[in-house]
Amino acid sequence: MKTILAVVGGALALFLTIAMFGGAGWTHPPMAVKQTGFRGTGMDLIRTRAGNEALAEANRAPAPADPAEAGGEKASAVYENVQVLGDLSAEQFNRVMVSITEWVAPQQGCTYCHSTENMASDELYQKRVARRMLQMTQYINASWKENHVHQAGVTCYTCHRGNPVPANIWFDHPVQGAGRFIPRNNSQNLASAEVGNTSLPYDVYQAFYQHKETSEDAVRVNATTALPETKGKPIQDAEKTFAIMISMSQSLGVNCTFCHNTRSVAQWDTSTPNRVHAWYGIRMVRDLNQDYMTPLTSTFPRNRLGALGDAPKINCATCHNGANKPLNGANVIEPYPELAHPTVAVNLPVGEAKDPIPGTQTPTPKPTKP
Amino acid sequence: MAYYQNIFTQVQVRPLKPEHGVPVAVDDRIGKPFNSYLFGLIGNSQVGPIYIGYIAALSITCGVIAFEIIGLNMWASVNWDPVQFVRQLPWLALEPPLPKYGLKVLPPLNEGGWWLIAGFFLTAAILLWWVHLYRRARALGLGTHVPWAFASAIWLYLVLGFIRPLLMGSWSEAVPFGIFPHLDWTAAFSLRYGNLFYNPFHMLSITFLYGSTLLFAMHGGTILACSRYGAEREIDQIVDRGTATERAALFWRWTMGFNATMESIHRWAWWFAVLTTLTGGIGILLTGTVVDNWYLWAVKHHVAPAYPQVYGPIVDPAHLAPGPRP
Repeated sequence: MKTILAVVGGALALFLTIAMFGGAGWTHPPMAVKQTGFRGTGMDLIRTRAGNEALAEANRAPAPADPAEAGGEKASAVYENVQVLGDLSAEQFNRVMVSITEWVAPQQGCTYCHSTENMASDELYQKRVARRMLQMTQYINASWKENHVHQAGVTCYTCHRGNPVPANIWFDHPVQGAGRFIPRNNSQNLASAEVGNTSLPYDVYQAFYQHKETSEDAVRVNATTALPETKGKPIQDAEKTFAIMISMSQSLGVNCTFCHNTRSVAQWDTSTPNRVHAWYGIRMVRDLNQDYMTPLTSTFPRNRLGALGDAPKINCATCHNGANKPLNGANVIEPYPELAHPTVAVNLPVGEAKDPIPGTQTPTPKPTKP
Repeated sequence: MAYYQNIFTQVQVRPLKPEHGVPVAVDDRIGKPFNSYLFGLIGNSQVGPIYIGYIAALSITCGVIAFEIIGLNMWASVNWDPVQFVRQLPWLALEPPLPKYGLKVLPPLNEGGWWLIAGFFLTAAILLWWVHLYRRARALGLGTHVPWAFASAIWLYLVLGFIRPLLMGSWSEAVPFGIFPHLDWTAAFSLRYGNLFYNPFHMLSITFLYGSTLLFAMHGGTILACSRYGAEREIDQIVDRGTATERAALFWRWTMGFNATMESIHRWAWWFAVLTTLTGGIGILLTGTVVDNWYLWAVKHHVAPAYPQVYGPIVDPAHLAPGPRP
């Protein structure tokens, strides 16, 4: 009995040890530690050097295409149905088209958006979406330059990274608890990658990233006075705030103290300047989702929409992809001045959603929670 | 050959007739005692007989009802999928009612009603178990130190799930039943109230908690180290100081300059353990009811020091003069 127990116990300990070393996702030194605040206040960013290198490698900006001649005939004169970039020279226009293909559909090629019979046709939904996305890029680089994207700017590649559908997008979550015997779960208490595998609410993007009119106080749950003077917010709101903050932290590959002070997450005067950038970033995401993504709902085919029939939407990770500066902060917009400013106002794309080009394989959108 | 020297021996004593202990007035113990090798490795090898009076039986029944309600609600929340139930178990929870229901006694079952019913039965089970402990301690002619220590833990439980929600006017302020959910709730609670580390009763509670572990290690280490001199008979040695007590006392007087006595060390340990949950409960009770933001409270009372600004003044952009914003 004693021997058997000892053998079983020893084997169990051995396997657990092996599992722990092999399966727990350890990071190991050498570390890359950066102090970001006054000494002794725990303000630091701790990563591994190998992790930093891998992150930098994964977020390398592609080399821009060689500049094209500005002179010559305009694209709008040479090609039909050029609505956004018509003021460019034909050569410049072609350069942008080639770059977009590399950024968005390197495997699928031109025909991902263009009909093979008629390049000018708006038959494919991809082309109609791409036109709107071009405008969105111009809008971000112009209107959000000062407060969020700064000199670096964004191109299609910032989000797409060679994928027709960016890797990090989100859809609305169906509300659980519809059935009589199914308890309401507050849209929480399921392992959710969006919120760092915590049990915190997973539908927070809907709450915080969808509408421009979201109240300034939606995310602010702390009292502004030491003693209770008004009715405070419930813990459930604090859980939502906590969840969206974890999501931001994951999206940018940083910890809480990248933006916040260790002593009080709410106090602005003791925060780092990054918090201001993030604040504007949240407004930008709401802006883009409301004005650019949601209106495309009827343009996308059903298989590009979420479980509730909603358009794919943007969050911090869509551009940042795990780095606190997308594409390592590279200035990606300078070689593409045509994407830096809006050119012409174009109405929202119209037309019925059609299936992607027959015979091509396009990745299906990420499944949403059951 | 192993020999029976003291309680630290690895030899398992198995009397021919099971030990029944001192005779008591009412002895309703049930079950046929047996010896277990596995239990013998960590304690006495004899299992049972166990005392189950009507109070303990009622307590266990209430506990099982609460456990079932919580478990079935968790299972229902994954659509009765057994695989998901096992995979997601640490994440699943039974949540208290939403804030809109306030202190309503029975909101719809699937919107917190089950939480209240489960909470009622769990609380009944715990309180009945306290009565059971108290009565058994009295029946054996013991002091009631163990029940009162348990009462301290019950105090924290009641503050979190009953008293504070009552004072806040909403069951939604209570803790969800669930493994990760109650931990995430705890973190959110601290975030909501401006960092609980600035709550002086939280500070006290941590002090007593960590102090308890320190005292436990010191006392356990001392007794183990002196067991070869008979230190396991430590209570005898309070009045009859044998060589073990003398050595233990001398060891600490040499290293600390001061030593506890065989009696006082147990009072230290008992009070540290009891005060952990007692002060913790006070700290929770004051949060939200009396103090709404512990960081601001600490600044106001000069508890939180000011540190030099590393960055230029950071201004809340929401409070900037409204201008043209994209």
